[in-house]
Parts: sequence; C-alpha cells; structure tokens
Amino acid sequence: MLTLFLLLPLGGAAMLAVTPNERKEEARWIALVFSSLAFAVSAVIFVRFMLELNSDAGVEGYLFIDRFAWINARDAGFDVQYFLGVDGLSAPMVLLTGLLSLVAVLISWRIELRVREYFIWLLVLETAVAGVFMSLDLIQFFLFWELELLPMYMLISIWGSGRKEYSAMKFLLFTIAGSAFMLLAFLVLGLSADSFDIEVLTANPPAETIVPLSLLFWGVMAAFLVKLPVFPVHTWLPDAHTDAPTAVSVLLAGVLLKMGGYGILRIALPVLPGEARDFRYVLAAIAAVSVVYGAVLTLRQTDLKRLVAYSSVSHMGYVLLGVATMGAVGMSGAALQMFTHGTITGLLFIMVGLVYDRTHTREIPEMSGLMHRMPVIGAVMLIAGLASLGLPALSGFVAEVTIFLGAIAEHPAATIAAVFGVVLAAGYILWAVERVFMGPPSDRWAHLDDATGWWERLAMGGMVLSIVAVGIFPRILTDAVESGIAPIAAIVGAA
Amino acid sequence: MPVSGAWDQLHTVGPAAALFAGAGVVLTADLIDRRAPVRVLTLLALAAGALYTLWHALTGSASGPGLEAFEGAVVLDRFALYFAFLLIAVTAAVTVVAAEFTSRIEQSGEFHSLLLISAGAMVLLAQANDLIILFVALETTSIAQFVLAGIGRDDRSSEAGLKYLLTGAVSAAVLLYGFALLWGISGATSFDGIAAFVGQGDEGTQLALIFAFVLVTAGLGFKLAIAPFQAWAPDVYQGAPTPVTTFLSVASKAAGFAIVLRVFYAGFGGAGTFISDDWAALFAVLAGVSMTFGNIAAMLQTDVKRLLAYSSIAQAGNIAVGVAAVAAGSTLGPSGVLFFLAAYAATNLGAFIVVIAVSERIGSDQLGDYAGLLKRSPLLSVILVLCLLSLTGIPPTAGFLAKLYVFNAAIQTGETRLVWLVGVAVLNTAIAAFYYLRWARLVVLDEPSDASPVRATISARVLLAVAAAVVLLFGLVPAPLISAAQRAAEVLQSS
Repeated sequence: MLTLFLLLPLGGAAMLAVTPNERKEEARWIALVFSSLAFAVSAVIFVRFMLELNSDAGVEGYLFIDRFAWINARDAGFDVQYFLGVDGLSAPMVLLTGLLSLVAVLISWRIELRVREYFIWLLVLETAVAGVFMSLDLIQFFLFWELELLPMYMLISIWGSGRKEYSAMKFLLFTIAGSAFMLLAFLVLGLSADSFDIEVLTANPPAETIVPLSLLFWGVMAAFLVKLPVFPVHTWLPDAHTDAPTAVSVLLAGVLLKMGGYGILRIALPVLPGEARDFRYVLAAIAAVSVVYGAVLTLRQTDLKRLVAYSSVSHMGYVLLGVATMGAVGMSGAALQMFTHGTITGLLFIMVGLVYDRTHTREIPEMSGLMHRMPVIGAVMLIAGLASLGLPALSGFVAEVTIFLGAIAEHPAATIAAVFGVVLAAGYILWAVERVFMGPPSDRWAHLDDATGWWERLAMGGMVLSIVAVGIFPRILTDAVESGIAPIAAIVGAA
Repeated sequence: MPVSGAWDQLHTVGPAAALFAGAGVVLTADLIDRRAPVRVLTLLALAAGALYTLWHALTGSASGPGLEAFEGAVVLDRFALYFAFLLIAVTAAVTVVAAEFTSRIEQSGEFHSLLLISAGAMVLLAQANDLIILFVALETTSIAQFVLAGIGRDDRSSEAGLKYLLTGAVSAAVLLYGFALLWGISGATSFDGIAAFVGQGDEGTQLALIFAFVLVTAGLGFKLAIAPFQAWAPDVYQGAPTPVTTFLSVASKAAGFAIVLRVFYAGFGGAGTFISDDWAALFAVLAGVSMTFGNIAAMLQTDVKRLLAYSSIAQAGNIAVGVAAVAAGSTLGPSGVLFFLAAYAATNLGAFIVVIAVSERIGSDQLGDYAGLLKRSPLLSVILVLCLLSLTGIPPTAGFLAKLYVFNAAIQTGETRLVWLVGVAVLNTAIAAFYYLRWARLVVLDEPSDASPVRATISARVLLAVAAAVVLLFGLVPAPLISAAQRAAEVLQSS
C-alpha cells in the first residue's frame, strides 16, 4: 500500500509526459485525478493505522511494511534495502503529504505556463517527499531526500516570480551542502552497524565509530537544520518562499520543512541518543533564537508572502524546542506542530496567493479594506491567522501548548523566550490582517472579486476543516503521534 | 592457468586481435576504393571483437584466475573481459556518432582504422600483466589518439594534436623512468615478479619503490586526466573533433583506471603490503586535488567541451576515491571503480552525443547557445538533463549510485583520513551541482535566441535512448551491473 502511494503520483507524471502539450485542461485533470487517488491512499493508510492503534493489540513497530533487498552486496558491506513502513510519527506526515499535494494541484488550476511540465514536477515532488516520510533505510531515505531537489528547483525557477533563479539556486545549494554532511554521516553509521537499516540502527545505537559521535550527530543535523530551517541557516527560506509559485510555497512550508523535523525525530535522536542528550541545551538555544529572531523579522516585513515565510522560521523554532526537551511530551508537541503548521501555514500561503492573484501586489501598505471586496478570503485568512498565533480550539494551540508543557521544566529560559514569540506572533498576524483586510475600502481595489473558483473553495474548505477538526478534537492526531514518539523518547531517555 | 601453442596464445588476445585485423581491413579497403564503406567495416570489426569477448565469457575460459599467455605477459580474466565489453561498446558508439564528422573529412579510412587500433590497444592494456606489454599497448593507443586529436583540418585540432603529443611524450618518458626503476629494484618486468619482490617487504627498498610508483602514477595520470597531470585535457578536449573528445574522455579514462588497478593489485601486491599505505595516501591526495580543481575550473567555463573536460578531471578525482579505498584494503573498492567507470561511460557518452548533435546543427559549442534547447529539441534536452543529473550524482541515476558506491567503499575501510576525503568529495558535489544544473537550467528555462528545431540523426537518437536507458536502469536496478563488477574484481583480489 505504501508503494502504491509512491507510485500513484509517478504514474500521473508518466501519463502527463505522454500527453500532448496543447491539452492543458486534460493535463490539469490528470494531475487532479492522480493526486486525489494518492490522497485517498494516504487517508486509507492513516485510517487503517488509527484502527490498528485503537485495536486491542495496539501498534508495535512499523505497519504496512514493503521490503526487499535493493543492492545486495552483503559480505562486502554494501547492503541497501527498499524498506517502507509507517508508525505513529510518519502516518500523520503521510496524510499531510497526500492532503497538501492535492491542495497544491487545486490551487494551481489557473497556471497557464507549461502546464504539463508543471504538474509533472509537482507529482514527482509528491513522490519524493512521501518517500522521505516512509523510508526505513538510510540510503533509501537519502535517495528520496535528494530526489526532491530537482522538482523544487524547476518549480521555483520556471513558475516563480522575482529573483526566481537566484532563489532556486540558493535553495538547491543550501540543501545539497547540508545533505553532503548527512550522506557522510550515514555512510559512517552504516559501517559501524554493518547495516543501513533504520530499525537495526535504532535498536542498537552505535557506541563507537571511526569519527567522533558528536561530529556524526552534527553531520546528520546539518541537513535537517538547514531543511527545518533554523537560525542561522534559514536565509534560503524567505527567498525560496517569496519567489515560488503559491502551490510550491504551500508544499514547501507544509511538507518539505517537515522533512527536517521528521529526520531529527526519526534518525538523529534514536540513532545517536547520547549525543542528542549532550547537545540538548545547544539545540534549545538555537530554537529560542530562531523563534524570537524569526518573529522579530516577521514584524518588519512589508511583503505579505515574506511575512508568512519568516513566520515559518519562528514556528519551526518551536519544533526544535520540542525536540530539544528529549522528553515524550515535548517531542509529541513537536510532531504535532509539524502537522498543524503544515496545514495552517499552507492555508496562509494559499490565502496570500489568492490575494496576490487579485491585487497583483504583495506590499501590505498598498492594500486596505479588502474585506469589503472579498469577505470569504478575508474570513479564511483570519481563521488561518488566528490558528497560526495559537488561538484555542484551533490546531496550532494544541501543538504549542504541548511543546511548552514539555519544555518548561527542561529549558525554562528558552521556553519563556518562545512564549514571548507567541506574543510577537499575535502582533504580526493581527497587524497584517488589520492592514490588509480592515480599514476603509479603497477605490483601487473596487473591481476585485472574492474567491469564486470551485477549486479555490475546495482547497480552502479542506484546509479549514482539518485545522478546526484537530483543534477541537486533537485526539485524532495525538494518539498516533504519542505512539510514534514513545519508543523514541524511551531510547533518548535511557541514554 | 598458462597456455602454450601459438593458436591458444593468440586465442587469449582474440578480441584485441579482431580489432587490429579490422583496422588493417579498413585501411586496405580505403586504399582500394575511397568510397569503401569503412564505417560498416569498423562496426563489423567491433562486432567481431564483442562476439569474441562474449565467447570467452560464455565458455568460461576467463573464469577463476584466467588464462596466461606469452610467458605470462598477457592474461585473460573476467577483469579484462569487463573492460573489453566496455571499451568496445564505447568505441562502437563513437563510430556511429562520428558519422557526420567522418563524411566531411577526407581521411575517413584513417580515422576509422586509428580508432580501431586505439581501441584494440586499450583492450590489450586491460590484459597486460607485464611492464613491457603495458608500455607497448599504452603507446599504441596513445599514438593513435594523437593523430585522431589532430585529424580535424583546422588550427585548433592541429594544436590539440600537437599538445596531446608533446605532453604524451613527456608522460611516457616519466612512465618509462618509473618502469626502469621498478625493474632495477626488483629485477623483473612481469607483475608477478614485482609482486613477489614487494611481498618480501624489504624496508630498504621502500623509498625506491615509492619513488617508482609515484613516477608510474604520474605517467598514468596523464591517461586518467587527473590533476595535477591534467593540463593537456581542456585544450585537447576543446580542439579535437568532438567524437574524438568523446573517445578520450570515456574510453581512454576507463582504460587508464583499468591499468592502475591491475598494476596496483598484480604489480604491487594489492592492499596490505608495506607500501600500500603510501599508495592509498597518494591517490587520496590526487583525488582531493583533482575533484576540487576540476570543479572550480569547470564553474568558469563558457565552452561546453572545456566544461566537460574539467568535469572529467573532477570525475577522475571521484574515481580515484575508489582507488584510494582499494589501497586502504576496501573489498568494495575495485568493484566500485568498475561500477563507476561503466556508469560514467554511459552518462558521459550521452552528454557528448548531445553536444555532437547540437554542434553539427548550430555549429557552436558555446554554453550560451544551449539556451532554450528544450523548445528546439525536447529529446536532446531531456537526455542531456538526465546525463547532467547523473554527472552531479542526483538520484535516480547511475551516477548517484556510482558515487555512493565509491564513497561507501572509502568509508568501509574505517580509515579516518578517507572519511575526510569523502567529506571533501561530498562538498565537491555541491560545487558540481552549481555548474551542471546551471547548464540544465539554460536548456530548460531560457528562451532560445533562434527557435529553429535541432534535429539529431536517427542513429544518434537511438544511441541517446540507449545511453539514457542505461543511466536510468543502473540507477534503479543496479544489481546486475554490481554483480558483474564484483565478479570482474574478484580476480584482482585473489591474486
């Protein structure tokens, strides 16, 4: 079933590749059908996982395993598997990938430039990200990690705006430089355990390798921290976000950043638990700086999209803070935050995109009183904004509170700084919404329409639903996440 | 197993002999009638050589330690067969893509016979088990290549031929000096004799042996185009007719690494001798210098042939990581080098076929003229981008696995200094990504200055499809090539 989830978008891409260039409408529908199917499969994976979890037997280890030997040179120490599986940590991520990819296709309905190629890259990107979340072999994980580069590069540099080529190259070089160290660390880990199997490595974390373990830890973290991203390696993110097309921003904020947090929880912590514990204060400090620095920068932005982009840096700081607690509560909060930030910021980027489609500007000072012209967009933007600043009954609140609860005992100073970040978040979100949507209606925007396209409403509706649902009834996520975090917390706690 | 009897001995060098005989036939036919179908004759000769090789492979005459002929000066083993297949396939591809070039020049007969002679000598080179045979085969292939490089009737080509000849002559002298030294110390010219001497581990001879293999490496480094023996490569690659450049960058490099492995294993007794550490250090330094220099220089190029020249210098560095791993005792090293060479051959062939097709149509090798190639020829563009990805080492291509393979081999030795080397190598990947993907970006993104379609010949298109299929196939299903490479490498490690 997991393989099916990987192959469906690829199948769509293959079908698009043989579709004639002129048939734009057909290309859109092919992409929609395949991404809907993929979303359906991801939903089935998630629901079946929840059923297993709530059954009497519960869930032990990974479910829905697909596994075979891919490179088999066992005696020579080069043994790579095709090994997919999901647990409570990855199942929500798989669902998120399916959901946001579908949403990304929907909000790309009006793309007119090289439509066919656009959807090919979008679908390949979905496969790559899904592969990262389901891989249980280090080399396979790395393969999907790298596979994501090319579609992103193309999507930003062809369909982006502004300094798109510069931004795309910056994204690419940051990621490759980070993953270079990760590959090196993976190979050393593979040597020490005589296996690239994440399950094996997690069960027996290496005690000694040819490289000091602390170097190894930072090698792995290099890739994840760049991806997350945190201060000071976050500079690629605002550029990439600002210049990317809306759908790509949604995927970037929604799932690609999560690859960083997921990688830390899946690989860095359980495989190198001792080092993770040793460096937890460093991680917490980085997290606190990211939260506050990101929030302060966000306050100063006048470009609506850049504002949301910088808020991501701040919000990803919470994820790292949760991770840095090394405790079950904090890490569960981090995993929850990954999911909720995915939907909330995804929605924010959609709204920014819809506003931009109509006004053709992202400069906040130029806009005013848009609520009069587009009440639906304004209302949804407000919901997303309130969720983003952590209003109770919306999903962001659940995640942030869990993180703070987990972190306050371990890292009091960093937690206080991070809570201050929430105050700043309320400031920048509400201020932005006020400047853009409230105030007197301006003549300049008198001709604008509200969101009327079915694809726009469908995308918005789905996202709002997921935000409200998780906010009111967090158990649909927390149970899964806690079951996934428990073994990791046990390993790190024992180290 | 030694063989005696004239025919049995000839039988062991059958594939090379078939190519040499073909060269004679081509030259004679060309003398009799200048319109003789020399290309067809060349392909027939190559087919005969391939069939002969296949026969050796099927009858198992090369299994185990293989056959020894001419007093042990020549061996026929799986290692030699692997290279025979690789070299013959590359030569056949070069023959086909050179069609348009050779129909323009008067010396078509000479071109084809020289190509066959050079290829035959390289096949023999992979079989050499004695310093004298090695030198004779090396010079035969080199002299044929000097003429080939100068065969285009323009100034650049003549300059390329002369430069290649002069540097080749110097490096041959250095090589001979090394051989003389080796013979002086050990009293043997056969690899077995030298290995027996090295095996005695006489500390008093260590310095002289190091000096000898430094000279030998310098002499062979010319063939490998590895820094700091690369100075000829950019000018010759740029000036020589592109089909010849293809031949040099693919076949010549493969043959060079074949002989490096053979000399090291058969001649210096493999890993674990008292000088293998020095050999490992030497190649580690060459690898680091070559990839860093090659990549940095490649970033600055505007001519695609020069760019590919520097890229091939960088790739030689990557392969040398595998050689350093070999010397440090990695069991994965030799097969890693063989895998890399095959993957590199398919990838670079693909890239060069595109360059040939483009320069035949638009008469330019300038990077800028590749702008918007996607609109002018989708097929050439897609395959070029695929090959560039493979050269960068991005999945799912053969180039990704090749790099992974040799880097893993280096890590598997458990030597800290090789971990550092791989660290340098993975960072180099980021530099390489910059210029390879900049080229890919030009092809896909930019607007063409001239939108006229670029059509490749049918045969070039077929070859491109084959090369692309190989690049993808070995990227996705590497097991067959890995097992072939491992079986070919077995004979080295057991000797």
